[in-house]
Amino acid sequence: MKITQDLVLHVAKLARLKLDPHELEKFKKELSSILEYMDVLHEVNTDGVNPTFHTNSTTNALRDDEVWSSQSKDDALSNAPKLLDGCIVVPRVIE
Amino acid sequence: MKAVENFLERIHADTLNAFVSIDEKGAARAAAAAGKAIEQGEEDLLQGIPIAVKDNICTKGIRTTCSSNILKNFVPTYDAHVTEMLKRRGAVILGKTNMDEFAMGSTTTTSNIGPTRNPWDASKTPGGSSGGSAAAVAAGLCAAALGSDTGGSVRQPASFCGITGLKPTYGTVSRFGLVAFASSLDQIGPMGRTARDVAVLYDAIRGHDKRDSTSVPREHLPTSLDGLDMHGIRIGVPDVFFSEGLAHDVERAVRHAISVFRELGADIVTVDLPHIRYGVAVYYIIAPAEASSNLARYDGVRYGVRHGDEKDLFDMYCETRAHGFNSEVKRRIMLGTYALSAGYYDAYYRKASQVRTLIIEDFRRAFTHCDIIAGPTAPITAFGLNEMVDDPLSIYLLDIYTIPANLAGLPALSIPCGFGDEGMPVGLQLMAPAFRDNIILGAAMTFQDHTRFHEVKP
Repeated sequence: MKITQDLVLHVAKLARLKLDPHELEKFKKELSSILEYMDVLHEVNTDGVNPTFHTNSTTNALRDDEVWSSQSKDDALSNAPKLLDGCIVVPRVIE
Repeated sequence: MKAVENFLERIHADTLNAFVSIDEKGAARAAAAAGKAIEQGEEDLLQGIPIAVKDNICTKGIRTTCSSNILKNFVPTYDAHVTEMLKRRGAVILGKTNMDEFAMGSTTTTSNIGPTRNPWDASKTPGGSSGGSAAAVAAGLCAAALGSDTGGSVRQPASFCGITGLKPTYGTVSRFGLVAFASSLDQIGPMGRTARDVAVLYDAIRGHDKRDSTSVPREHLPTSLDGLDMHGIRIGVPDVFFSEGLAHDVERAVRHAISVFRELGADIVTVDLPHIRYGVAVYYIIAPAEASSNLARYDGVRYGVRHGDEKDLFDMYCETRAHGFNSEVKRRIMLGTYALSAGYYDAYYRKASQVRTLIIEDFRRAFTHCDIIAGPTAPITAFGLNEMVDDPLSIYLLDIYTIPANLAGLPALSIPCGFGDEGMPVGLQLMAPAFRDNIILGAAMTFQDHTRFHEVKP
């Protein structure tokens, strides 16, 4: 799999990561060699094999629709970087 | 109280950089409470026992940083399930231990506060990502510790530091309050000087928790501390664990350990695990994929160190994450994002998940021929802090023996079984079928009753 600069930039954008030119070059090389190693999986015959995403047999863990306390508003906001009047401040979202 | 003070003094004098933060006040309070309880006849084995907790496990009111920049000021408003359990049992939490950032690493050198050193040789790594916990136990800075294990992060540092560490069966220890790395692989694991210590700690933290939907609703009995009579027990030894890449000194110590089990009455059989050799490739697609999803929450909005909010939201996300994560974390997020992205999902993530099924079936078949699978925990002993830093793939390949247990959700334990040519500890890994953690713990207790490797101190 050829890892191009464009591909690295595309993935970085999806991952919301800003990369400097040095990192861009470094990741291009490293991802190339790591992904080349992963190519070994193509030699495995997986026809008709179901993927495993989870090793337990538990299925949907439901609970009764009862109110229970999780955390107070003060607790929930206690680690927020920027607060105003009990709300978290973020850059403008709507143009 | 005095014992706890001694531990705290040792921690302050520590040059290994094993701790991220120390909770003097909390420890003193807990020690005093434990002292009172013991006076009143409380016989709980954990009363007053000083425990260190890896810094990716939430402790209410105590900074929990995951050894990262982005969470360096994060103070949880709640305790993880395992933290609650420790407190309920009267244990004394001394502080939070150093780790590879967000548990991504095998050396504890990717920590934001600098590496932890191996107590056996300060120029060497203690392993990772639970290197702080392993070093703390080995150096006598705590009685026992909690780590977390996604691809070997409890077992490999246990092996490098000459202590005992368990990755429990997936689902037996609640992940509520464990900062998520790869949700289908992560488990919190107890680490201690002996298998009995580890078993007691395991019993304290395990059990169903509604707040973790992957927590298994199963009753459990206390783990027996009697050891396991090895007569009639079949130990499977896979050839694939003894092929190229395994250092000669590690192989010698591990084969000797297996012969000890033979002398204790076990039958040694060869088992085949044909797809294990694909384990590293499978893991390094699945784990980063899950991590890319789990780490998407670090956006600078609700918690964590924020950057770039003078511009727009997109910039804030990108700058916050660029500044907040180290290069290993970014590398894995990039790998994972790629593996899950449109056009690549089938070739990478889905394919890896199918091979994961084949690995699980390999184990199911092997365990019809044996009760325990044994082999080395790591292919080499602890190496220099500055070695291999420029070659991420070489470091990934060191996880070859530990990764399969996470992929299959099986319990796996590392115990000290000797020393390598440079005098560094060697770890023996024991694996069992799901929910048979007691079998490997018992076998380890018996091994430790007949050997002294676990008693040697750095």
